[in-house]
Amino acid sequence: MYRYDKYDHALVQARVAQFRDQVARRLSGDLSEEEFLPLRLQNGVYLQRHAYMLRVAIPYGTLSSEQLRALAQVTEEYDRGYGHFTTRQNIQFNWVKLEQVPDILQLLAQHEMHAIQTSGNTVRNITTEAFAGVAKDELIDPRPLAEILRQWSTVNPEFLFLPRKFKIAISSSDTDRAAIRAHDIGLYLYRGESGQMLLRVMVGGGLGRTPILNKMVREALPWQHLLTYVEAVLRVYNRYGRRDNKYKARIKILVKTLGAEAFAQEVEREWDQIRDSAAELTSEEYSRVALNFMSPSYEKLDSIDLEYGAWLARDPAFATWVQNNTQPHKVPGYASVVLSTKPGASAPPGDVTSAQMRLVADLAYKYGFSEIRVAHEQNLVLPDIRKRDLYALWKVLQAHALATPNIGLLTDVISCPGGDYCSLANTRSLPVARAIQERFDNLDFLHDLGGLSLNISGCMNACGHHHIGNIGILGVNKNGEEFFQITIGGAQGKESAIGKVIGPAFKAEEVPDAIDRLLQTYLRYREVEEPFVDTVRRIGIAPFKEQVYGSVPSQAREEENA
Amino acid sequence: MKNLLGIVNGTARIIENDPWQLVADSESELPGSYQIVSVESWQQIWKNAGEELARRQVGVMLRPDDDPAILSPWISLLPVIALCFESFRDGRAYSQAYLLRSRYGFEGDLRAVGDVLRDQLASMRHCGFTSFSVREDKSVEDALKGLAGFDMIYARSVINPEPLFRRRQAPS
Repeated sequence: MYRYDKYDHALVQARVAQFRDQVARRLSGDLSEEEFLPLRLQNGVYLQRHAYMLRVAIPYGTLSSEQLRALAQVTEEYDRGYGHFTTRQNIQFNWVKLEQVPDILQLLAQHEMHAIQTSGNTVRNITTEAFAGVAKDELIDPRPLAEILRQWSTVNPEFLFLPRKFKIAISSSDTDRAAIRAHDIGLYLYRGESGQMLLRVMVGGGLGRTPILNKMVREALPWQHLLTYVEAVLRVYNRYGRRDNKYKARIKILVKTLGAEAFAQEVEREWDQIRDSAAELTSEEYSRVALNFMSPSYEKLDSIDLEYGAWLARDPAFATWVQNNTQPHKVPGYASVVLSTKPGASAPPGDVTSAQMRLVADLAYKYGFSEIRVAHEQNLVLPDIRKRDLYALWKVLQAHALATPNIGLLTDVISCPGGDYCSLANTRSLPVARAIQERFDNLDFLHDLGGLSLNISGCMNACGHHHIGNIGILGVNKNGEEFFQITIGGAQGKESAIGKVIGPAFKAEEVPDAIDRLLQTYLRYREVEEPFVDTVRRIGIAPFKEQVYGSVPSQAREEENA
Repeated sequence: MKNLLGIVNGTARIIENDPWQLVADSESELPGSYQIVSVESWQQIWKNAGEELARRQVGVMLRPDDDPAILSPWISLLPVIALCFESFRDGRAYSQAYLLRSRYGFEGDLRAVGDVLRDQLASMRHCGFTSFSVREDKSVEDALKGLAGFDMIYARSVINPEPLFRRRQAPS
């Protein structure tokens, strides 16, 4: 884990004091709401439908047990006893009072956390995958460079009023698990022929109204140039990105308008001017930061543990959970464990209670070097668990609704909070998520279906990443009525793709039936071991469309012709 | 200008009796001293008056979509360049300021005008602004607080060309 030094502490403390003053000036009327708005957004404070919401950064998804307990404390003292983990590895508190936010930030600062730039037209939380540093298929640990980027982008004075929000993700595994293609800048870290660290820089991805996967603008960038290259991209964007229309202001529109090649040339021209500057990274700085991410002291274990093997054979429910909810670890005898925050109808995706947070913090302390990760699929991860401890861990998790063996399956639904909370959303995504989880709660069926991602967004802003779900659901509001448009064939990772709309939208209560028809079609056409998304790729959307709309009239059909 | 803050010998203070004025465009007449004209006016008048313009104290204002490179031929002649924040939420002037200082070598007074508010002044200073024409309905005394106190950042900036990582001391 990265630990703050005196500089990091000083900056975050000063920021708390500054925001405390700004809140006081807002409450006294010295600051108008218009003047205050960007200031509170830069500190993670949104005004939602019923209350203020505070979004706290979890840099590249890493938390210590102590930090997770602090988050639990926030929900207990200032909120309603639960928090919501987001698709960008942040946590949201949905019921905070504005005048208490400075106290919350103070508490967080004591535990080396902040909410800086979790909103606003700024560089947002730098994200990576939840298994960074431990995954078996990882090439290089991306966390040191993610932290270096976090620091560089924090309060960077030139880039606090960009045309629109700006999201950067970095990944370095065989299967990209950080959805880097859907980011404003996606960085892929790999080694060159002589072992040097290189970056592939992809720019202009994003979901929202205009879903686009990013384009490569630079291959084989030596890591020392990370900051200058990102600076060049941001300067070009800050100067030339559109500011006249919020929906055309993301960098993806600039890249699209100029063309990836012309955009890349513009960036290279800018970069030429700054590449050999004091901003070029040094090995000393890399080492200083990387020291924080040294592996914990793993035990030397056999890759086979007899007792663990025995439990696998004896308890099929445990075996199923292991199969679904653990990931291979680079160290023999260890595994990474995913705790599902999607138990089904009983809790919205990503919601975790303070009791669960404290439990997970304790389990991480007991079994996993006090480290916790947040996955962008809204689940929690214990990255370093001895296989011999898995059975005991599983038993405890089961008792606290954190062991649903559905990671990567249909009911591992990714969803935004939707209209129940968010003032941007024009539909309620959570009831749809719940209806789907209720309808498809048979584990044997889910396991037979295999890997299948389902993403729901309550509006065009696409916080639920519906475009890259194998099945994507987008809420649209027509004359005050909620409808849900379905896409299929979206994917994240190396084979990223934007899903295609299958046809007219459905009413909320029709969605589970429509999903069922999609699944039946898949089961009919799939070849051996073929995942849903591959079947869609192979046979196209027509057979699905036919099955979904063919024989059953939909009340919604006439409403919209997508 | 009224309601003005400036950095004088490294210290932020209220500037009284500032002589500079923003003037409406006049492309034909030679401006009087201490006037700040648009870049179009400057170019036009330069064509007609040339060096005479440089002998007078005349400044130029850039709009957010002006490319600061336009001013590079005159950069050492200009006593003042004003950058306009049409809205405080429009961040283009920060990049313009960076470019004028770091790339084109402007050493005169770089002035923020328009929607200039207390809570953005520290960022402006980092990007190379040296004077701040605070929006007229705001108290300049209050705005001065925006330039007081902590302003450490990690990245390099015009006023700290070395990023923190090159200055950072290891914990003892």
